[in-house]
Amino acid sequence: MISQVFILSSKGDHLIYKDFRGEAGKDAVNKFYEMVTALTGGQPPVVMKHKELHFVHIRQGGLYWVATTKADASPFTIIEFLNRLTALVKDYCGCLSEKSVQMNFALIYELLDEVVDFGYIQTTSTDILKNFIQTEAVSSKPFSLFDLSNVGLFGADTQQNKVAPSAAATRPIVSSQGEQGGKNEIFVDVIERMSVVIGANGVLMKADIEGEIRVKCYMPSCSEMRIGLNEEFSIGKSQLSVSLPPPSLLSGYGAAVRVDECSFHQAVRLDEFDTYRILKVCPSQGEQTVMQYQLCDDLPTAPPFRLFPSIERDSGGRLLMYLKLRCDLPPKSAAINVSITIPVPKGSLRLSQELSSPDQSAELQPKNKAVHWEIPRFPGGAQLSALFKLEVSGLSAASLQEVGPVSLNFELPKYTSTGLQIRFLRLSPIQPGPSQRWVRYVTHSDSYTIRI
Amino acid sequence: MPYLGDEHTVRELRRALSNPNVQADHLRYRNTIHRVIRVMSQGQDVSGLYSEMVKACATVDIVQKKLVYVFLCSYASLNPELSLLVINTLRKDCSDHNPMVRSLALRNMCNLRLPGLSQYVQQPLTVGLKDKAACVRRVAVLGWAKIHSLQPNTEMDVAVVNELYGLLRDPDPVVMVNCLRALEEILQEEGGVAINKPIAHHLLNRLKLCDVWGQSEVLAVLQRYRPRGEDELFDILSLLDPALLSHHAPVMAATLRLFLSLCSTLPAVCMSALERARGPLLAAAGSTSRELRYAALCHIQLLLRSEPGLLGEHYKRFFCGYAEPPYIKQNKMQVLVELVNDDNVAMVLDELRGYCTDVNTETSQTAINAIGSIGRSYTDRCLAILTGLLGLKQEHITSAVLQTLRDLVWVCPQCGDAVCSALEGWEDNLQDSQGRGALLWLLGVYGDRVTGAPYLLEDCIDGVRSEVSAEVKTELLTATLRLFLSRPAETQDMMGRLLVYCIEEEVDMCVRDQALLYYRLLHCGIEEVRQVLQGGRRSDPSLGPLIGRPPEPISQWASIFNTLEPLTLGASTVGNSDPVTPKLSTLTPNTLTSNAEAMTPTPGDPHLPDCSSGALSLSVSPALTPEEFERLWLQLEKGACLEVCVACPVPRCSPEGLQVALQLVNIQTLAFTPPNTHPWRVYLYTHTSHISTKTPHTLILAELLHTGGEGEKEEEEEGEEEGEREEEGEKEGEGEKEGEKEEEEEGEGEKEGEEEGDKEGEEEGDGEREKEKGLLVVMRQHPGDQTALRGFLSVLTTVLHTLSTHTACTYTA
Repeated sequence: MISQVFILSSKGDHLIYKDFRGEAGKDAVNKFYEMVTALTGGQPPVVMKHKELHFVHIRQGGLYWVATTKADASPFTIIEFLNRLTALVKDYCGCLSEKSVQMNFALIYELLDEVVDFGYIQTTSTDILKNFIQTEAVSSKPFSLFDLSNVGLFGADTQQNKVAPSAAATRPIVSSQGEQGGKNEIFVDVIERMSVVIGANGVLMKADIEGEIRVKCYMPSCSEMRIGLNEEFSIGKSQLSVSLPPPSLLSGYGAAVRVDECSFHQAVRLDEFDTYRILKVCPSQGEQTVMQYQLCDDLPTAPPFRLFPSIERDSGGRLLMYLKLRCDLPPKSAAINVSITIPVPKGSLRLSQELSSPDQSAELQPKNKAVHWEIPRFPGGAQLSALFKLEVSGLSAASLQEVGPVSLNFELPKYTSTGLQIRFLRLSPIQPGPSQRWVRYVTHSDSYTIRI
Repeated sequence: MPYLGDEHTVRELRRALSNPNVQADHLRYRNTIHRVIRVMSQGQDVSGLYSEMVKACATVDIVQKKLVYVFLCSYASLNPELSLLVINTLRKDCSDHNPMVRSLALRNMCNLRLPGLSQYVQQPLTVGLKDKAACVRRVAVLGWAKIHSLQPNTEMDVAVVNELYGLLRDPDPVVMVNCLRALEEILQEEGGVAINKPIAHHLLNRLKLCDVWGQSEVLAVLQRYRPRGEDELFDILSLLDPALLSHHAPVMAATLRLFLSLCSTLPAVCMSALERARGPLLAAAGSTSRELRYAALCHIQLLLRSEPGLLGEHYKRFFCGYAEPPYIKQNKMQVLVELVNDDNVAMVLDELRGYCTDVNTETSQTAINAIGSIGRSYTDRCLAILTGLLGLKQEHITSAVLQTLRDLVWVCPQCGDAVCSALEGWEDNLQDSQGRGALLWLLGVYGDRVTGAPYLLEDCIDGVRSEVSAEVKTELLTATLRLFLSRPAETQDMMGRLLVYCIEEEVDMCVRDQALLYYRLLHCGIEEVRQVLQGGRRSDPSLGPLIGRPPEPISQWASIFNTLEPLTLGASTVGNSDPVTPKLSTLTPNTLTSNAEAMTPTPGDPHLPDCSSGALSLSVSPALTPEEFERLWLQLEKGACLEVCVACPVPRCSPEGLQVALQLVNIQTLAFTPPNTHPWRVYLYTHTSHISTKTPHTLILAELLHTGGEGEKEEEEEGEEEGEREEEGEKEGEGEKEGEKEEEEEGEGEKEGEEEGDKEGEEEGDGEREKEKGLLVVMRQHPGDQTALRGFLSVLTTVLHTLSTHTACTYTA
């Protein structure tokens, strides 16, 4: 059971404080901030203890979300609850930030009041909560396509046609009647996170994908939605032990898509999954993950980036790094916001650079001992190169060992590495009035490391 | 946080609230209240507005009502009289036709937390239990728990308790779960809600209707239920099986915990449950939320204590992402060390090698330590990496590598050659005192094989005046003396200088005493010195800190699975070279007897006090390094100290068997002599805490000593002690492994102490005679707590008794 819940800004301002059981004093808030700021980087700060009180906190949106408890509660429950609370606040307030929490404090108190009673979690389903929550959200700004602070998952593609504006999915689910908010929209996102390690010899050492299908629903009443996945979608490790054999009816067209493990939201009905690969779900308002899946070590396609480095010392005692980066995506796709971090030897002083196109940029960050190379857009099949000359004090042969491993950060919009696609999205019964359905795909780099 | 505008704001708000014009316009009124709450949540004291807010409570506007209730509940305890006025409004609301208003009123009535008001609250609560709207019943059920917590000593009405039991069959699942929660609190003194067969089955059948929070709660309560027979047990298990695969971590963890507790007698079932839950656990360990990731990692470490092979093939899941926070990286490395096997060692080491150059120094040190731990089984590969790292010439890396090498050499003496070649031509100047200590230790031990050793030492000796760390100085003394043994000509002169400085100018007593001791030792002759410092051999693998703990039984950690414990323990283990530190668990007399039936205190022994008065819990964390042990042992010599002779023969089991047995009761064995040697010694430590009382935690260090030799008998006992202490003094600086080395040099200590022992032995006469068969236990404690000490002694003796009766068959690994 939870004793208190509070939200602090990163500077320690009290934003929200709610005491459910009256067991611990309000000074716990200050005590928590003292403890969390006293932590050095190495200590795990998720659970802290002061006298009898355990503090469990998460960080989201630059804020501390803290729950305290006296009993020995399940850490999974409390952490998941806090995660869920942030999701709810995001659903109701539009976005997560100090400002939105400050402006919507009344709404958040109301939420907390309904979600937790006497320290026990009552319900966190938006379907039930929407009957109880009366306060309306205050949005911090009018929506604008060009609002850069709101660039979310799909942010960089706002100008393209047929793609939902990024801000569309960052508005409160319950908006004031009559105005623009009343739009009947539903977003289905396929989001994959990729973690890859490529060895120095170019061999793929590890490739994991964790994906999820997330539904964000703005419709006040949506009875049933049918999501059709690739027909050749299969689950299981090897061909022999396929737990769900691909339906024979449908096999024959479409590329095979395989994942290792797959789990579904409680509310998803799978009666048509075995034969037609259709998920049936009644989405409640707000955001929810309907399906999660994982794939390990067996990517259907080549990893999106390959690096061909050559690193040497020149006669003048400088370190020369010639990096060639190739994007192995299909030509129609492109990677955006590619940022490459190259660790360099301690004592690197200056960087001179030759980049292959003007929109790229690179800088040396002496504090992190790294060079950052930014590429805003990287089309599939292209190859870019950069030559970095570094002046390093006390350069030795051993210094070369300090270069690497290189890590990449990027987004692949409209692309899934597993090949999972949504064939169709049907709402039944047909919604009265105009409704819009959006399907979006994106792959993120969770951790993409290339050894040198 | 009061600031200048404080008074002013309150005054202004009061004026606005009592303005009839504002009150008439409900939007303006609501906005004003909104401002009050805003000011309140910013931390200002607005309790002065209580009476105005009480008036604002009587409104039809639900939003306004909710806001006012937030205010009232925060400040009710300051204004108990005024709160009486609110009760009227609340009671009226309790009979409103809108269920939302009813539940709101009922909830806040209990949230005022005023014991004086409970008489007004009981009637609406009783009505609320029978309300037709589920949301009101939910609130009413918990309301009774709130009332009970306000007056914990009053007896709860039996009718209410029965009513609550009845509501377990309520159609609304949240009402059902709330009933469980309320009954748990109300009946706490009787051990919580009674789970009989019908209730258990009812809960299990309705489990699917609950949301994830309710499910985990119900699963936790069900842990108390004991099925009647195997059939029922397996019915329950098969019912719960799908939940093990739930992608909601709370449900999965609660189910797994329930499985482990239901099947505590069926290890095979536990194993398959762990295997089933592996997938979801791994998924949680890769979750987007890094806090959840951390929780999962901590629990995976628990699992690995019993089933190291469980995740072997999934080692890649524990490779670190470069953007992960250091605490997750360090945790993952600790897991990786456990997962290493012949197939993946190359990949894992390659990966760990990459982390060694991490920007965060703690992460890089953890990575180096991890490589060192793997080096105990894959020596050559790890040595190549470690020596390669020295080439980077980075201060923190070099220091960590040296410390790791020192530890590694101790466990695997065969890697001496590689270390020597790495030290050949050493020219770095280290700032870090721990790294320097490790370097000096290596130079002392391998001085004969490193050509430049005397020059390196000479540099240190020349700079000894500016040396601040006493540890480095004692290390330097020992290293110089050792080098003197192997290369006297080159070392003699500088050793002289060092001794003179340390004896005449040094202010630190420990360093000075050590120098004096060496000085006198040198007077005794070179052979004596050799015997003391080298003892014939460098290390004995069976004496080293015990590596590769045998798998623990699942029951060891099942009780802390899915609690906050593993996560808080993570904090203390990070940065520790030991990959898995034994975790805390509670030892009550019950669990003790279940561990081994014969573990009952022997009544005949006069030294054994009764420990049943307060349950004592022992724990082996935080772990103690041999170095710390030695330091504390010496420090505590004058403190709380107890010497008891236990009538018990030396356990005839193997050292590992003894270690496992002691670990079962949470006593950590740090070092021991090989079996059948005389004298036989074991060094132990543990932390104690009382479960019931609030006495502080104490740390107990203990030495078991059995002299046993034929002709020496009692004289030796005392002599040993003396010799022992002296020796501690002389070797203090020899490095971290000293604790274990003691034994080798035993012979020397005995001789020194014997004369003194002779005299004392005679004086004590008969009392000593019984010791000849028994074990001498020397305990030192910090801070002093006699009851804890006695409790520890009784646990220890029961284990020893059990071991000597059951012998090796039960405990050998």
